[in-house]
Amino acid sequence: MLARARAPYAFLAPALVLFAAFLAAPILYTAYLSLWKVKVSGLGLGPDARTEVWAGLGQYADALSEPDFLASVGRVALYGLIVVPVMLGGALLFALLLDAGRTRIGPFARISIFLPYAVPAVVASLLWGFLYLPRVSPFVWVLEHSGIGAPNLFSSQLVLYAVANVAIWGGTGFNMIVIYTALRAIPSELSESARIDGASELQIALRVKVPIVRPSLIMTFVFSLIATLQVFAEPMNLKPLSNTISTTWSPLMTVYRDAFTRNDIHSAAATSIIIAVATFALSFGFLKLVGNRAFGQES
Amino acid sequence: MKRLVALTAILLLAATGCSGTDDNEGESGGKVELTYWSWAPNMDKVAEVWNAAHPDIHVTVNKQDGGDPAVTKLLTAIKAGSGAPDVMQAEYQKIPTLVAANAIADIAKEAGSLKSKFPDSAWNSVTLGQSAVYGVPQDSGPMMFFYRADIFQQLNLQAPTTWEQYADVARKVHAANPKQYLGTFSANDPGWFSGLSQQAGASWWGVKGDAWSVNIDDANTRKVAQYWGGLVQEGAVLNTPMYTPEWNAALNDGTQVGWLGAVWGPGVLSGSAPATKGKWKAALLPQWDAAKPANGNWGGSATSVTTQTKHRKQAAQFAGWLNTDPAALKALAQTANVYPAATDATATALTTPPAFFAEQTDFYALAAQAAKATNPFTYGPNVNVAYNAYNDAFGKAAESRQAAAFTAALGTMQTTTLDDLKKAGFKTA
Repeated sequence: MLARARAPYAFLAPALVLFAAFLAAPILYTAYLSLWKVKVSGLGLGPDARTEVWAGLGQYADALSEPDFLASVGRVALYGLIVVPVMLGGALLFALLLDAGRTRIGPFARISIFLPYAVPAVVASLLWGFLYLPRVSPFVWVLEHSGIGAPNLFSSQLVLYAVANVAIWGGTGFNMIVIYTALRAIPSELSESARIDGASELQIALRVKVPIVRPSLIMTFVFSLIATLQVFAEPMNLKPLSNTISTTWSPLMTVYRDAFTRNDIHSAAATSIIIAVATFALSFGFLKLVGNRAFGQES
Repeated sequence: MKRLVALTAILLLAATGCSGTDDNEGESGGKVELTYWSWAPNMDKVAEVWNAAHPDIHVTVNKQDGGDPAVTKLLTAIKAGSGAPDVMQAEYQKIPTLVAANAIADIAKEAGSLKSKFPDSAWNSVTLGQSAVYGVPQDSGPMMFFYRADIFQQLNLQAPTTWEQYADVARKVHAANPKQYLGTFSANDPGWFSGLSQQAGASWWGVKGDAWSVNIDDANTRKVAQYWGGLVQEGAVLNTPMYTPEWNAALNDGTQVGWLGAVWGPGVLSGSAPATKGKWKAALLPQWDAAKPANGNWGGSATSVTTQTKHRKQAAQFAGWLNTDPAALKALAQTANVYPAATDATATALTTPPAFFAEQTDFYALAAQAAKATNPFTYGPNVNVAYNAYNDAFGKAAESRQAAAFTAALGTMQTTTLDDLKKAGFKTA
């Protein structure tokens, strides 16, 4: 009897150990670190010149009043306004087109749209960076030789779009697969009966298919929202190529700079916690907002 | 169940940390084991020379990715209380940061007598102008000017010896072909700009009694910022960063006809512009005052002993040998491609010019002349903050192409750096 009572815990143990060691403990440690700061005295050169002192919420106040950090939040909001609608709109469009099944190159198209997702963001950024740099870009060469003239994508007006483009290129395929899978699960009778009732393909798509895959759309939206708040690899890797991406371009880059170039883990910890809380609040807030309408029809 | 037990065991091992391995390597049968973190190529081969001659002290080289990641790793190990090496390659500009974090030890007792073997500018970097010695200088990066001798000849130009001439040559090079430039102002290379400022007489930090001073926005650096701002504004030089695919392409196809680099430049050029081998020439940096030749450093590092070592004496002995012994200097220069900081290295270890400059027999004589003229420069405990500020502020200035923005950027750098020191609690003057 006792053995039976213990069995569930034994099965749960690996997951719990993993969770505790690699998620809960680091989060708690980060929260702990964020409440302290290093206080230096004098020249700061002797062995006792540095002490860790209690900072309370001081690091949070500093982070939230830092103009560069606030600017990065605004920048990322704008970035999200570009990336999320374009990426999800593209993903939905591609998924509907593939699902409509009027093409013979379906599987090929599906793979080629999905493929960029398999390219790591670092590689994608370097690749696109190469294509953006006017002197080495084949696109710029073609545009200039055809007399059109190419814009400088690293200029301060366009750099946001340049970064967004890398994310859209990399993320559309994944979201398309999620939506497409949901579309394939719709019984064909529904489309057929709509067709018999005289609905056009467009009407079937908008009135039958899209409402049914709404949960998938919501899920991809939440994923994209989180990815937007945590944008890092693309700007970080495009930064060395340009004058217009600062070390605090995105909130996560500020964390990286504080932790790894300024060696100030305490303020990096506070900023990480702020980003994590904002991510949780936005994702759960959104889910709560749409939850009843989106998932209600299933129950 | 077996699998579960195994998995749990692995996880527990991971959770408790596998750091225990390094601790027990200490001594086995009277033999001292030292670990040495370095990112210079082939450093293990240099250590072999030591190991062959010192059977009782064995050095193992642990290759690092580069200066920044090595510092991050070291600081993490110091905070964790274990895992740091005994000996560590440390860039000069990181030494105050490492000392402030109590990561590297004062070896004045063991290595203080080596002072006479190094130029003052290098020795000053490891003492921070105090009586302590935080490492033995290893290499230095005296700045040099590289130019395409063939293109200069075509355009009937002479290598500039003053900054006034440099500006003049830059205009002519660009006028001859609008795609062609003599140089670029790189907002991504703070070390490059600090070297140019050092040449002009700046020292961005200073120690006054027990307080730090920050002098980034001083007359010397302002002169440099104004000069480059002017050149960028009139379009005589580019405003795009170095070390990009675009920069490589421009060096290789001859539209970038000059580079203000440092003594390690041949290695970069042979990687970025292999097609131009034999077409380059090296010269001294252009001067502000031709009568008083001066120079600056871009790069350079020391060999330091960490505070976690249990063998400080032996570690300091190795650091001293590595950077002063003739056999070691020869190995450093020839196998690790390092330009040794030791004064007599030029005569003993650097006899043939680098392969990319094979024709230029006086390459190392020039380098020695540059190194000798190098101005003293003090780094502070928050170099990274200043360097980040350079990135951001000069990035904006370069993008705007306005000379006024360059001097304003210097002001931003100064305030950011000073405010950061104050905020951390350092005493400032």
